[in-house]
Formats: sequence, C-alpha cells, structure tokens
Amino acid sequence: MVHQYKLDGYNIVLDTCSGSVHLVDEVAYDIIALYPDHTPDEICRRILADYPDRPDVTEEEVRACIGDVAALEKDRKLFTPDTYAPMAADYKNHSNVIKALCLHVAHTCNLSCSYCFASQGKYQGERALMSFEVGKQALDFLVAHSGARRNLEVDFFGGEPLMNWQVVKDLVAYARSLESIHNKNFRFTLTTNGVLLDDEVIDFCNREMHNVVLSLDGRKEVHDRFRKDYAGNGSYDAIVPKFQHFVERRGDKSYYIRGTFTHHNTDFVNDILHMADLGFTELSMEPVVCSPEDPCALTQEDLPILFQQYETLAREMLRRQREGRPFTFYHYILDLKHGPCIYKRISGCGSGTEYMAVTPWGELFPCHQFVGDPKYSLGNIWDGVTNTAIQDEFRSCNAYARPECADCWARLYCSGGCAANSYHASGSIRGIYPYGCELFKKRMECAIMLQVAQSQDAQA
Amino acid sequence: MDRIKTIETRDLCASVTTGGCGECQTSCQSAKTSCVANQPCENNEQ
Repeated sequence: MVHQYKLDGYNIVLDTCSGSVHLVDEVAYDIIALYPDHTPDEICRRILADYPDRPDVTEEEVRACIGDVAALEKDRKLFTPDTYAPMAADYKNHSNVIKALCLHVAHTCNLSCSYCFASQGKYQGERALMSFEVGKQALDFLVAHSGARRNLEVDFFGGEPLMNWQVVKDLVAYARSLESIHNKNFRFTLTTNGVLLDDEVIDFCNREMHNVVLSLDGRKEVHDRFRKDYAGNGSYDAIVPKFQHFVERRGDKSYYIRGTFTHHNTDFVNDILHMADLGFTELSMEPVVCSPEDPCALTQEDLPILFQQYETLAREMLRRQREGRPFTFYHYILDLKHGPCIYKRISGCGSGTEYMAVTPWGELFPCHQFVGDPKYSLGNIWDGVTNTAIQDEFRSCNAYARPECADCWARLYCSGGCAANSYHASGSIRGIYPYGCELFKKRMECAIMLQVAQSQDAQA
Repeated sequence: MDRIKTIETRDLCASVTTGGCGECQTSCQSAKTSCVANQPCENNEQ
C-alpha cells in the first residue's frame, strides 16, 4: 500500500509495508498515483497532457521515471505487498512475558482536575494508598513473569504518586536489590502534577527515575481552567517554577512536560510554544479523554482546526530547529532509520499482555485506563492472571484485528491504536475510535514531513 | 533527471529476520492516552 500526500511544499510518498519514504517532484507524484492501474503508454499520455508547457516533461523523461518506479517496486521500496498478517497473532501467542507494570501507588490526588479520566485519582472507587507490601509483591510478580527479558519498566502513577512518596522510594530500593540477583534492569517513570515537588524529591528522581512526566497544560489561563486544587485555586503559579527547577537539575535525563488539550483550547500549539518559551524542550500534548457529552470534549467541528494546528506545530518546530533552539514533540518523534521492527508494529501496544496496571489493592487491569471497570479485572498479583478470557481478548488485538484498518496506510504506525480509546468509543476493544484515527494520521503525516525536511536540511 | 529521492529508512521487510527481540518499551510506558511508531528500538544489532 502506498500513501501519497503534499505538505509544506513537500510531495511525499510512503510505502507502508517496507517503511520506505520518498520525496518526489510533482511529475513523479502523479506517475506513482497512476502506476498501479495504468499501462506505461497510458501514463505517458496522461502526464504529457497534464504538463504541456513543461520542457522537462518529455516522453523520454516520463518513461525514465516510470522505469525508476518499476525499479523501486522490484526493490520492495514501493507497492510492497503486505505479508505480515499471519505473523501478527502468532507473535503474541508465543510471548507470555510481562515487561512493564503501571503501579497505582495513590488512588488519591491533591488536585481536582475536572477533566481527569481517573475521577480525580479515585478511579470510580475509594481513596487509597498502595502499601509497601503490595508494591513489593507486584515487583516480585513482574520479575517472576518477565522471562529472559532484562529491561523491566515500572511506572509510578496515580492519582498523585507523590502522596505516597515513602513507598515509592522503598519500592525503588527493593527493585534495585533484585537487579543483580535476577539480571534485570529496572527503569522507573514517575508521573506527577508537581504540587509536592521539593529538592529531596527532585534529587531522588534525578538519581533513580529513567523518565519523569510533568503535567502542565500550557498557558496559565488554560492550565488553571481545569487543574485546580480543592479550594478552587489554579496550580500554574505553584508548579511552573518547580518544574523549571526540576528540569534544570535533571541534566540530560529524560523528561516530558505533558499537557492535555480540550475543546476550550483547540489552538493548543500556543500552549506548546508557551511550554517551549518557559525553557522546556521535551513536550507532549494529548487530546482529552472524556465522554462526548462533556463540555470539554473535542467535536467534529474542531477536527479541521486541529489538523491545521498539527501542521502549524510542525512548521514552527522546523523553524526553531533551523534557528538553533529546537524542541521535541512526543508524537513527532519518528526514527525512520532505527525505529521499531515489524513485530513491534503489528503486535499492538501490549496492554493486558506485556503491560498491566496494579491497583493499591494488588488487582490487575489491562492498563491504567481500564482500572475501576470490574469487567476488565484480570486477576491479582498473588494469583496472577485468572481472567484468561479477557487476556485472550487483548492478546488478539493487533494491527490486523480490525476490519476498518485493512485499507489504512497508518496501521503499521499505530498498530491498531489504543484499546481503551476503542472501548470507550465503540464498546469493544476490537472496535476503533475514528476521531483518534484522524488525529493520529495527521500527526504521522507531519512527523514524516519533518523527517523529510530534516534530511534535506542535512544535505543542503 | 532525478525526480525521486528515497529517504533512508529501516527496511521493515528485513526486520522480519532482524527484529522481534522484545527489549523495547511497551507503548504506554511513554509520555498515556493516545500511544508504536514513536517508540525507539532497543536492539543495537539491527
């Protein structure tokens, strides 16, 4: 399958199944579009008729270009057939390794963000903190089910994990004690709203956390619209200096400033640029997850605005990079040369199979977005996965699981998308979330365009 | 005339034999609501 699009002056041709990306002129662009369904003679006639005043568009030139396209097809860089479908289910059926846990160390929060998918950290349940004993058992469970895999990921999540800070530190110490015994390497991530950040937390995180995710929605009025404390005060003024201090002390270790945009700030690029102007360079901005009835839900009318915003963001990133002040946007990170292999691309996100969420009580769910939904309880960290029917349902999720994806050029980039988004949109994890698909495809087009532009800059 | 420039990319067809080590992060361990193409590969021998 080939996907062609024009963006910011670049004519881009993507060969979905080989991963090849081609930058072409407008004549080649049109030839490639005609190539699958027309003979060389037909293509010649059409192109010569379409470009009557171009001295460089001769029959000899057109036939040479058709020859180049045929050579790329022979080299499996264009019109590459899809032979991966039989591998998709097979790969996941042969892997029973768990490699990541999301530890819900706190089902409580010191902010009361009205758009929170986790109902202000409570996940539709009672407030609770994870005990060290439960966390320790979760880490033992992870090691026991990790097979030969060396790198293990643990995400401290909530609610607000800093409300259970001593347990976080004790669990890190316990995990470190397991590393040499079991030949494992734990990589920790902490997601925080920043309210309880102080130098002690910052120093510990900069020593132990592989990545930190810091929640900031952008401009003060945007951030404070939703991210308030229980007295109704916005949190922007309290957390921004702490985040700046944190990142300054973090050196070259990973972090993300992570925001949420809603119907109320469809001009979200202004929020991303605000983050960049505050001195942050590793940025992520996500569409809100909520019911369609919620006033902050994104609408169909918002979609063309969001498309424009993603394009504007790509242009602005390119401009700032050329000026020597680059920043990173998570969804535009695309390593064309050394990116994920085909197995990763076809096998889905791993939720429910190699990634699970653990509640403060030790219950297992397929991921953090299913926590609190009793239908999706997988089991617990003492008995393991006992609801194998649900796990099998997640195991069957892959890039080929949904008939709607059969003709989609982006399926090897999203791998079928987010099961939770599909479930909330369609009632089934095997459904699709069409709105999310549209946003994802636009982001991928922009991300590939950025890679093309950067490769041209490097050659200039 | 050079009308087609091919950008250097990882050959997904070849990764059928070179990929699959499984040492990469799960998608949701990254920056939680709309996550695979953005993930790095951790197989240095690819």
